[in-house]
Amino acid sequence: MHLRFIAVLIVLLLAAVACAEEGGGGEGAAECPPDDEFGCVTVAEGEPIRLATLLVISTADAPLGQDSQNGVTLAVNDHGEVLGHEVELMHEDEQCSAEGGTTGARRIAAEEGIVAVIGTSCSSAGEPASQILSEQGIVLMSPSNTAPSLTDPETRQDFYFRTAHNDNIQGAAMAQFAAEELGVERAATIHDGSPYAEQLQQVFAETFQSEYGGEITTQEAVGPEDTDFRPVLTSIAAGDPEFIYYPIFIAAGGHITAQARETSGLEEADLAGADGMFSPDFIEAAGPQNAEGMYLSGPDLDFRGDFYRDEFLPAYEEEFGSQPTAAFHAHAYDATQMILTAIEEAALQGDDGSLVIPRTALRDALEGMQHDGIVGQLECDENGDCNQEATISVSQVQDGDFSRVWP
Amino acid sequence: MATSSATTESAEPPASPPPGDAGGPQLGLADRIPLRRIIRWGLAVALVLGIASGAYQTLAAGVFSPAQWRDLVVFGIAQGSIYALIALGYTLVYGILFMINFAHGEVFMAGGFTAFFAARAMDQAGFLNQQPVLAVLILLAIAMAVSTTVAVTLERVAYRPLRNAPRLIPLITAIGASLFLQYSFRGLYGEDIHSYPRIDALTGTWTIAGIPILRTQAIVIVAALALMVGLYFFISRTTMGRSMRAVAEDREIASLMGIDVNRVIVTTFAIGGMLAGAAGILYALVFRQVHFLMGFLPGIKAFTAAVIGGIGSIIGAAVGGLLLGLLEAVAPFLLLSGAGIPAPNQLKDVIAFSILVIVLIMRPGGLFGSREPEKL
Repeated sequence: MHLRFIAVLIVLLLAAVACAEEGGGGEGAAECPPDDEFGCVTVAEGEPIRLATLLVISTADAPLGQDSQNGVTLAVNDHGEVLGHEVELMHEDEQCSAEGGTTGARRIAAEEGIVAVIGTSCSSAGEPASQILSEQGIVLMSPSNTAPSLTDPETRQDFYFRTAHNDNIQGAAMAQFAAEELGVERAATIHDGSPYAEQLQQVFAETFQSEYGGEITTQEAVGPEDTDFRPVLTSIAAGDPEFIYYPIFIAAGGHITAQARETSGLEEADLAGADGMFSPDFIEAAGPQNAEGMYLSGPDLDFRGDFYRDEFLPAYEEEFGSQPTAAFHAHAYDATQMILTAIEEAALQGDDGSLVIPRTALRDALEGMQHDGIVGQLECDENGDCNQEATISVSQVQDGDFSRVWP
Repeated sequence: MATSSATTESAEPPASPPPGDAGGPQLGLADRIPLRRIIRWGLAVALVLGIASGAYQTLAAGVFSPAQWRDLVVFGIAQGSIYALIALGYTLVYGILFMINFAHGEVFMAGGFTAFFAARAMDQAGFLNQQPVLAVLILLAIAMAVSTTVAVTLERVAYRPLRNAPRLIPLITAIGASLFLQYSFRGLYGEDIHSYPRIDALTGTWTIAGIPILRTQAIVIVAALALMVGLYFFISRTTMGRSMRAVAEDREIASLMGIDVNRVIVTTFAIGGMLAGAAGILYALVFRQVHFLMGFLPGIKAFTAAVIGGIGSIIGAAVGGLLLGLLEAVAPFLLLSGAGIPAPNQLKDVIAFSILVIVLIMRPGGLFGSREPEKL
């Protein structure tokens, strides 16, 4: 009785499988290459291609992620349909933390049919997110992660790419600016324990010492949610630095900027930060009088062509009702365009209007892809760095606004 | 340390006999008391040795000048006075209701954040720099009014209906109220970080007794001291203060003696709210940044301070706050930098919470706690 029931079940199952195979082969949907380790995403006719963003859209760092998310939306609008399919976006929040990155990446990995992800904003979220998504064979392309470890051959995850510069470039640029332009010989650094800040200040410190013969007086660390930085600034003042570099985020960076001006021994020191604070919100958080004269490094916004000035910015303002609030909207735009182009290259079209997108093939299409983007000529190397020619510029806060001073 | 932990492992089994063993409890109790004492003494000796060697190494290395040590102490006292003002709110409410008002950090935020908009308006009108004293008093009045309103409303809406409920329920309600307030203020004022305008009269330093002190910090220290002395006299000299002490001692007997318990409880929340509002402005003078989550960490630290001092004790809250602020500022550098630990400042929260653990081991009731602490 029992055995007979199971036997009938097996026969029925076999029949069902046979039917399915027959239907798949005959009706014209493309076949997923069997050697693709991570399988394929199948998009039926009339269904949208689904992408996700994983950016920081809450907490105090929201201006950074919201700005990139706007860039993604513009790119999807501009690109239009991909092989006859619309593109649909799902937005997740990475909260600029490892926990947020983990939760967001898990949620995306659990979702059916996400082809690729644009994110993360913060390197701290990028580390776990790239691991979780790479295990599922989902491409993750970041507009603003800059920590060197993410594309270091030893630690890079297979499906991770970025259009942001590598901080090996940014840290060295700031060291050069400090030593050659400002004539600094003694510098101190502060980081907040995030991979971004820790690695960036380390690159700065190493370059500053080895290339320019400078002295690093202190390398301190703070918590991202601290408010009282006077003790740590006093300990830095003990080393008598001429230059303090703290490439951290808006909240803590604002406090340090305000409190450094009141710490005896640091009144004359030059203050400098990096792209994590390159936002009008930082000037507001620090107080315009305190931020005055401070140096901030970031991606060079000047080399972009006419498209950026004449089409991108007006479209941005029209769509979102404000000026860009951070430095990475264009990187997000380019990343999205590259992913959409890679989908067009890698997808297999069926006769019935359906699409089959093999995950590994999509990754391979991105690797080595050349793209003439807003931020410059992009080409992804085997470690996932797509913006190797990035140039870094330094701006100074003058009269409550950023003005470019170098190079 | 190593010896004391070894003692624990080997001596623990006989100290906890199986329940129901008739001869066990007496013997176990007799064994346990000396053991606990041994652990405490071992811990104390290890601590003293650790602190002494760390401090000696740092001082011998001569990293910081005396002037810098003095600055660190002043910073610590200023930060500590803000903790103390918030801690008083925790301790007052605990003393009377035996509940921990976890939403108190948000009461602090409400005052400081709301007054920001007044400060900005006064700055744009130029009033802030023409009449700095009057302006700061107005800001204080606004912040104290807002915080008091929030605290009293909180008591009326969230806590009074639960006054006779089991202890755990108001505690959970308080956590809920805390989140509710945080995100209501996010909805009201947005999630941006705002920066208080600078008051020119309060920038720079005053030299007091030969020591240059930042003006804002001098004001914070003096104002906090004045408020705490005022509170002390209010509790010990006025009729209302006597009623509060009576209700703290025994609520039912007090009500039998004709004391309006509800009025006393509302007054307690109002005083706690006023102090938190004042702390909000003092915080804004020193740190100048306001944000809807700004109450969380100071709230936790102030609660720690209240527990260190002995929750329920007013002097304990004041001393605990000052001690915590001072140790946070000085201890990482004094104890760790000489030992060659990189970036010692990062460990300041570790030190703050280690102090809490150590105080609770040495004196479970806190430094000034008279009562044995009850389980929550």
